[in-house]
Amino acid sequence: MDAANYLYLSALLFTIGAVGVVVRRNAIVVFMCIELMLNAANLSFVTFSRINGDLNGQVIAFFTMVVAACEVVVGLAIIVTIYRSRRSASVDDASLLKR
Amino acid sequence: MNDLALQVGQTAAPEATLFWILAPLTLIAALGMLLVKKAVHSAILMAFVMVALAIFYIAEGAPFLGIVQIVVYTGAVMMLFLFILMLVGVDSSDSLTETIRGLRPIAITAAVGFGGLMISLLSRATLGRTAVGVEGVNADGNVQGIARLLFSTFVWPFEVVSALLITAALGAMVLAHHQRVQERPTQRQLSIARFRGESLATTAGLPAPGVFARHNAVDVPALLPDGTAAAASVNASLKARGDVLESSSFELGTIDTSVEEEK
Repeated sequence: MDAANYLYLSALLFTIGAVGVVVRRNAIVVFMCIELMLNAANLSFVTFSRINGDLNGQVIAFFTMVVAACEVVVGLAIIVTIYRSRRSASVDDASLLKR
Repeated sequence: MNDLALQVGQTAAPEATLFWILAPLTLIAALGMLLVKKAVHSAILMAFVMVALAIFYIAEGAPFLGIVQIVVYTGAVMMLFLFILMLVGVDSSDSLTETIRGLRPIAITAAVGFGGLMISLLSRATLGRTAVGVEGVNADGNVQGIARLLFSTFVWPFEVVSALLITAALGAMVLAHHQRVQERPTQRQLSIARFRGESLATTAGLPAPGVFARHNAVDVPALLPDGTAAAASVNASLKARGDVLESSSFELGTIDTSVEEEK
């Protein structure tokens, strides 16, 4: 088995995550799809680290995980705040600037 | 010797087996995230994808990242997601109906194009290249190797990331902070309001739920002296969810009078 198979898997996971962000309406599911995209990128980093034989890729993946954790904390706080004022977790409902 | 040279770029057979079993399952779970209706089911499938990725990391010679993936993602992040799902609850945004007409075909076409492009590019970029493998750099141990890089080359990004973490924690606190518009009513004010209300029916508090001795739970309305159910005894949000049981279903069929009182 070629190590590049992991890269193909990562590309597919990233694509699925991107479709989820576009198609789903529940803000929490959209958020989980963003997490899926970040994780797919991480898988690429780890695989590149193995292909090139140094640990830089793994360190970058570690940083991505930290940034993803921050993003989840702030993003979920925003979702809860929006839910508290609008009673809805749909991304379509927060469109006040449009009108 | 020739065999060894061939094997350098190829992963071992057990790993291939692991990959070909786990990778399709991961893809199915990821696709399921998009297709299932309830956000909770999406979260469970997401947790599966996270654990599968952790196994891939460990198989790829990154045990530290694999463990961190399980601890941080499936442990902390997914629990946070489930916690928020519990707070927000189920609403209409779970439905899979299309709100913008023609969005779904466009999204799927774009995704097929993007995925095809990525895979073709990746296959061209890595074709004929043999993977070096991390066995050499992991000789002193994976954690030690990452620590060496983290506290030498990447020490400045490491510091910046710590600042980012503190900022995120502060931001979450600011967003979660709830400013009261009115002063919180005191017990005295509440008591006065109860007595000055339209009727004195709830002055002593609302009736407690439950049918005495048969089903003493919060989802069963209490019975009034005339045998009708007291609607005010059940929480309004339980009623809205339709989780209220009939108190008549706990009635005694016949009253058992055969038991004599012990002297």
